[in-house]
Amino acid sequence: MIHLLWLGASLYGFWLLLSGHWDSGLLLALGGASTALVTLMAWRMQRLDALSFPAGLWRRLPGYWAWLFVEIIKANQDVVRRIWQPARFPISPTMAWLPASQKTDLGRAIYANSITLTPGTVAIEIDERGVLVHGLSAEVIADLRGAAMDRRVTRLEDGEGGA
Amino acid sequence: MSLVLDLVSWTMLLGGVFLGVSGAVGLFRFPDFYTRLHAAGVTDTLCAALILGGLMVQAGWSLVSIKLAFILLFLWYTSPTASHALAKAALRAGLGPRLAEKENPPSKS
Repeated sequence: MIHLLWLGASLYGFWLLLSGHWDSGLLLALGGASTALVTLMAWRMQRLDALSFPAGLWRRLPGYWAWLFVEIIKANQDVVRRIWQPARFPISPTMAWLPASQKTDLGRAIYANSITLTPGTVAIEIDERGVLVHGLSAEVIADLRGAAMDRRVTRLEDGEGGA
Repeated sequence: MSLVLDLVSWTMLLGGVFLGVSGAVGLFRFPDFYTRLHAAGVTDTLCAALILGGLMVQAGWSLVSIKLAFILLFLWYTSPTASHALAKAALRAGLGPRLAEKENPPSKS
């Protein structure tokens, strides 16, 4: 129930942000009606479990995003170098199964999405044990094997462990 | 002040354009589907961030900037999902990647 209220409130807040019409009673009411409908549908679909983020995750997420953003910049630089100077920075496409130490589906999804979001690596398959990754070069796969990202996502997930 | 903001904004926009062109060139230069996906990744991530960021600087502290930030957030959440779906579908359909080491079929270690 608390999830339902939380979902409805955040959807309405989001609607307010996107609409920008905060003075017309009719529009506010229509927005309320549509967010209520969406909330009702989410409840009927019983998808609310998927929203039960551990509370600590929200606190740790900004730090992880900042770290990931820097990684994305570095990865972009690497791929752009390989595009413009293929002689100096050749590609060596590599595919490998890498271990994933996350315990929850959410954690594994964050890990796989982070891998794909950094240019040069794409997560192709995920299961309980690991991720199948295609990398633009042997170096980026070796980097991932170093498991810095894996550890960070696991720490993001449970708030402990890792270095 | 507005000159500084314009400079910052234009630098970001031009940087974004450069990355977009790089992604397109990579799309032509790279040899197979999977490597081309990586080139497209440049356009999806930093190129989009720089262009949206440059526009945010132009818009200043306003509702428009917040909307632009949400566009970036949703783009960065959905584009990896799309890339992943494409790559997975390609592999399932039997399109083998061209790999650097020939003796390396994807197997579980």
